Amino acid sequence: MSDRMQIDDPVLWPYWEAAQRHELKVQRCQACGHHQHYPRPFCLECDHDALDWVAVSGRGTVHSVTTVHIQLLPELKPPYQVALIDLAEGPRLVAGITGPACAIGDAVSVVWRERDGLPPLPDFTTVA
Amino acid sequence: MTAPLYITGVAETPLGEVPDENELSMVAKATREALAEAGLKRRDIDGVFVNYMGEEGSVQVAEYLGIQPRYSDSSDLGGAAFEAQVHHAMAAIQAGFCEVALIAYASRQRSRRARSLSGSAPVMGVPIMHQLEVPYGLPSPIGRYALIAARHMHQYGTTRAQLAEIAVAARLWAQKNPKAWSRDPLSIDDVLNARPISEPLHRNDICLVTDGGGAAIVTTAARARDAARTPIRILGAAESHTHWHISQMPDLTVSAGARSGPEAFAMAGITASDVDVFQPYDSFTITVLLALEDLGFCKKGEGGPFVAAGHLRPGGKLPSMTSGGGLSYNHPGALGLLLLIEAVRQLRGEAGERQVPNARIGVAHGVGGLLSTAGTVVLARE
Repeated sequence: MSDRMQIDDPVLWPYWEAAQRHELKVQRCQACGHHQHYPRPFCLECDHDALDWVAVSGRGTVHSVTTVHIQLLPELKPPYQVALIDLAEGPRLVAGITGPACAIGDAVSVVWRERDGLPPLPDFTTVA
Repeated sequence: MTAPLYITGVAETPLGEVPDENELSMVAKATREALAEAGLKRRDIDGVFVNYMGEEGSVQVAEYLGIQPRYSDSSDLGGAAFEAQVHHAMAAIQAGFCEVALIAYASRQRSRRARSLSGSAPVMGVPIMHQLEVPYGLPSPIGRYALIAARHMHQYGTTRAQLAEIAVAARLWAQKNPKAWSRDPLSIDDVLNARPISEPLHRNDICLVTDGGGAAIVTTAARARDAARTPIRILGAAESHTHWHISQMPDLTVSAGARSGPEAFAMAGITASDVDVFQPYDSFTITVLLALEDLGFCKKGEGGPFVAAGHLRPGGKLPSMTSGGGLSYNHPGALGLLLLIEAVRQLRGEAGERQVPNARIGVAHGVGGLLSTAGTVVLARE
């Protein structure tokens, strides 16, 4: 299936499917409302086994950040920043920083980085 | 009360750059040296514990050595596997499943230029890390340790100069160790001004890439009587791990050592103030800082001022990384076994110019993965 864009992971597929529409989704537990990321077939908080994929606000806070000075990937020219973002809904994720350099504690919101042959990647950028 | 167990033989493989051996021949040579110290024969080994020796590593190593063990363990806890395997060997020997345990490892990752910083190609395979982390170009493992260091600096006011002191202390020890890879003088300013790799970590905050490895024999009091060198008692050991993906680490400023350290100390019946010589895994300067806090040598958040006081240096109140560590002695992909070897040599009084006077209690603290795993071993000269 070409719309699966080479992703061979049925559990994470809803995340990438949403990303193609520039929507950031994570799992939310039907019983206790806990948000979690990455997805699992059970709630890490209460062990309930029914979870929904829900769109999140896309807002978050920089929990930590590093500036990378070595070239690892052809498409990423150093220096660039990679951060741990605490989403407003709770989950923490790794993401790139687009735009001005950010610092720990900065408020950020999601922006999308287009990729050839792969779903867009959520990056974050500082909000005023 | 469980029966006392001992490390009765230790040896390094050839170190540095090893062009004329393979990993298995290196392990074999170290094993023969360790057996000679232990006063045991190759066929006495009935438990084999290895990590990073390829698929079914303990099977490969045992075949090479001509051993058909009763107990076999290829647990992969990264660089901390070897401290964890002392823990596993204790359990196996005390349960009667084996009597003479070999822990062994070798790598030629310098010669093979095998170290990849990207953490693998950004393909959309099954591993979650390849999908969610690798495409961002977060260096592996350096970038994860950088995020941890940045958070510790933010939360506790830790400075780069304080982290640099750890690299300087390691170098001062390395200058006393003829086997150390890096022995040139190194100042705090040198560390601060070195090339940034993944900020706040610069070149000298990051361990070496060398070849090397080692072997250690763990056995009973009865077998320890055969030893040619002073047997070193294992007082306690423990292990834990907290995460694989950095996004899942419960607290960036608290390592798995916060569990393995206190559990090993409790088993040993010691506190941090009893430790005469400390071998923390110095994969990165921040790794040592967290270990000092998590094992209780100082309070959480006070690692920076603690190291800045010079306690880790030769003559300091907590002599640490006395071989020169992964930062200056050797780092053959996994340092954990070399930490145990150095601890044993210090406690036997065999460490030459770098000997810590009257060292009676030593701790080897392995850390592996993406600051994921920890194994703590408390050793003592009786």
